[in-house]
Amino acid sequence: MIDTIFHVVLVLAMPPLLLGVIGKTKAAFAGRVGAPFLQPYYDMARLMKKGIVLSDSTTWIFRAGPVVTLAATLFAALLVPLGKHPAPVSFEGDMILFAYLFALGRFFTTTAALDTASSFEGMGAAREVSFSCLAEPTLFFALITLTRLSGTMSLTPMLQHVTLPVWMATGASLLLLLAGLFVVLLAENCRIPFDDPNTHLELTMIHEVMVLDHSGPYFSCVLYGAALKLYLLGALFVNIALPFASGNPYVDWVVFAAGMLLLAVAIGVVESVMARLRLIRVPQLLVAALILTAFSLVLVVR
Amino acid sequence: MSPAMVFTQNGGVLSRREIPQHAPERFAQALLTALTGGWRVVSYFGMQEEDGVRLFCLLSFKSHATIGVMSTLVTGKSFYSLVPQAPQLHLFEREIAEQFYLNLEGHPWPKPVRFAPPLGSLPGETPEPPPTIGVMDFYRVEGQEVHEVAVGPVHAGIIEPGHFRFQCFGEEVMHLEISLGYQHRGVERMMQGRPGERMRKLMETVAGDTSIGHGTAYAMVVEALSETRVPARAQVVRGIALELERLANHTGDLGAIAGDVGYLPTASFCGRIRGDFLNMTAGICGSRFGRDLVLPGGVRFDLAADGAGQLSDRIKVAREEVQNAVDLLWDTPSVLARLEGAGVVSEQTAIELGLVGPAARASGLNRDIRRDHPFGIYSMSQIPVETAKSGDVYARTLVRWLEIEKSLDFIEEQLSQLPGVSVANPVREVAGDHLAVALTEGWRGEICHVAVTDARGHFQRYKVTDPSFHNWTGLALALRGGQISDFPLCNKSFNLSYCGFDL
Repeated sequence: MIDTIFHVVLVLAMPPLLLGVIGKTKAAFAGRVGAPFLQPYYDMARLMKKGIVLSDSTTWIFRAGPVVTLAATLFAALLVPLGKHPAPVSFEGDMILFAYLFALGRFFTTTAALDTASSFEGMGAAREVSFSCLAEPTLFFALITLTRLSGTMSLTPMLQHVTLPVWMATGASLLLLLAGLFVVLLAENCRIPFDDPNTHLELTMIHEVMVLDHSGPYFSCVLYGAALKLYLLGALFVNIALPFASGNPYVDWVVFAAGMLLLAVAIGVVESVMARLRLIRVPQLLVAALILTAFSLVLVVR
Repeated sequence: MSPAMVFTQNGGVLSRREIPQHAPERFAQALLTALTGGWRVVSYFGMQEEDGVRLFCLLSFKSHATIGVMSTLVTGKSFYSLVPQAPQLHLFEREIAEQFYLNLEGHPWPKPVRFAPPLGSLPGETPEPPPTIGVMDFYRVEGQEVHEVAVGPVHAGIIEPGHFRFQCFGEEVMHLEISLGYQHRGVERMMQGRPGERMRKLMETVAGDTSIGHGTAYAMVVEALSETRVPARAQVVRGIALELERLANHTGDLGAIAGDVGYLPTASFCGRIRGDFLNMTAGICGSRFGRDLVLPGGVRFDLAADGAGQLSDRIKVAREEVQNAVDLLWDTPSVLARLEGAGVVSEQTAIELGLVGPAARASGLNRDIRRDHPFGIYSMSQIPVETAKSGDVYARTLVRWLEIEKSLDFIEEQLSQLPGVSVANPVREVAGDHLAVALTEGWRGEICHVAVTDARGHFQRYKVTDPSFHNWTGLALALRGGQISDFPLCNKSFNLSYCGFDL
């Protein structure tokens, strides 16, 4: 019970903090002070207080987009175990639901973008869909590898199966898998080198350009949903990358939270030391990630 | 037969009587002959006269540092376009047609330039008001999967207004058409009348980031018309200020290019160092953009001995910092991969369009007014011209960086040997019935000012050609066949002025 409370509190409260940490890391590399760690929270709170502007040409789909996406992501949040603690909802085959809850969210984000009939947003939707077609198989290869290792199709037992002895036995495979997952993590959350979350240049955007027309609370939902998605994929990554369990649940919670913050720093470092890819090069990197995870599967089934 | 044109140099003055006035056919023939012979158009404009519209064409011949001037009189409603034979005239001709309410015959793309009311017209004509800005038939590509993307005139971020119309096939740009004019202030109309302080200030704001470039050109025009000599020390201060302006803008551009590819460290550092260069200009004259520094006859502020020493120290610090910041850029493979091959303008295209400045030099064109038509201190002290071959964003970035190095060297050299004491000579009366021309190399490229005075010594016509006027079409062609997602980066690598174009 106490674990479930911790789970819900962390999942609801912590995601924007990761964005704050990424921002601070990037600022440090650029020699600036940077916005406060809590700035993403302030932004979302400010947006909640604002009014909404709706284009006459949009329908209910446009309004449903952010809501459905956020709801799908929130439900997915109940399926992912955080650290060595079981997820509140867990059943055989939940990994497929997990993957397709994201797909559902994306479907509504892209249709909401198309609903505006803006040439920018259509372009963004086309980009988002074509790139996620390439990112999704990578996620599945990673999950299938874990299924093969653990013998289960449920996220909680699957991820708790990854312990030090498993790492000792199949370290090479897990490393390849982590590399692939990290690429998916960056691509799905529109981080550099795939997308630049800070740019104001519509023509270069992928994710941001789809939500240009959302305002006020809707936009706040979009931002929060995006932070949550980063958090969940990050949790998946951290669960595999940190195979330690102390036995004390409170220590494990702290280790997990610290792991997430470290991941945020790592993303900030990647964003600081490299430039964005040219858009036509993005599929190549995604395919490379796909090949990495495919190899990791080959290593465990051979 | 009279000679095709009359010759002068940069900063030269001609009596209006000396300028040959040809019949339109002979003018066209002479112009085309000159262009095939290696001359290049630096300015081509109309001026209202009692019996028609007089067209002046000024051409540059690089290897002799010569400027040729010729003219013709248009008395009929139509004039024939030479663009099919000489593409570099395309915008000049559209401008003349718009400014003097003429019909342009045979031009492949006769459209408004600025959607502005005419400056004048043929006797007896009453010009209609200009069409609503931005409303015109854009070039369209039809097809199943072809889509049109319209950007602007209101943009995200703090930039000037301009409308961009892309015809895309998926992510590929088949055609880009740029429609400007939103910043039109009527500069050339305001420049008619008695030369004076108001006009000098106006010229410094033709493009706010090129105050020294345009201010110096204006000063040179007035000095030429009034036969005023400029003291050597003032020339040095002007040269230092012009190079500081180049340093500030080139550094800012390198930072902006890094920012566009999402590479933060160089973006942040260069943003700050740009401020340092601006502050150096402020150290000389109190204005970060060099306003009110250059006056006809000299400069308003001197560099005191300790001021020169301090400036020299600050240049040394800034050199090291900008070197570090830009080395980060060259040492990051992902940045280079992003810059290389994006937005290529071939040398042939650059020649045909008559590109100028760093954009031309990045496409392999070796042209720089500081060497080809030296003015002021540049006729005493050479500054090497840097070029690159590939014509892509990388080349435009590289040329900017090389020019930063050369400008730093130039300033340090000038500061070590400041001549004379006097910084300004009194300006005499402006001569009537003359034409004066001044070319300077601003940081964006060639700036051309031409003044034609009437009998009283008032400006009857003052023509400003900003480098952006030559280069906007270069940007449009750089995108052809490229990726639409590369547009912001290409745009940044040209970094053209909207208000300098719109006047």
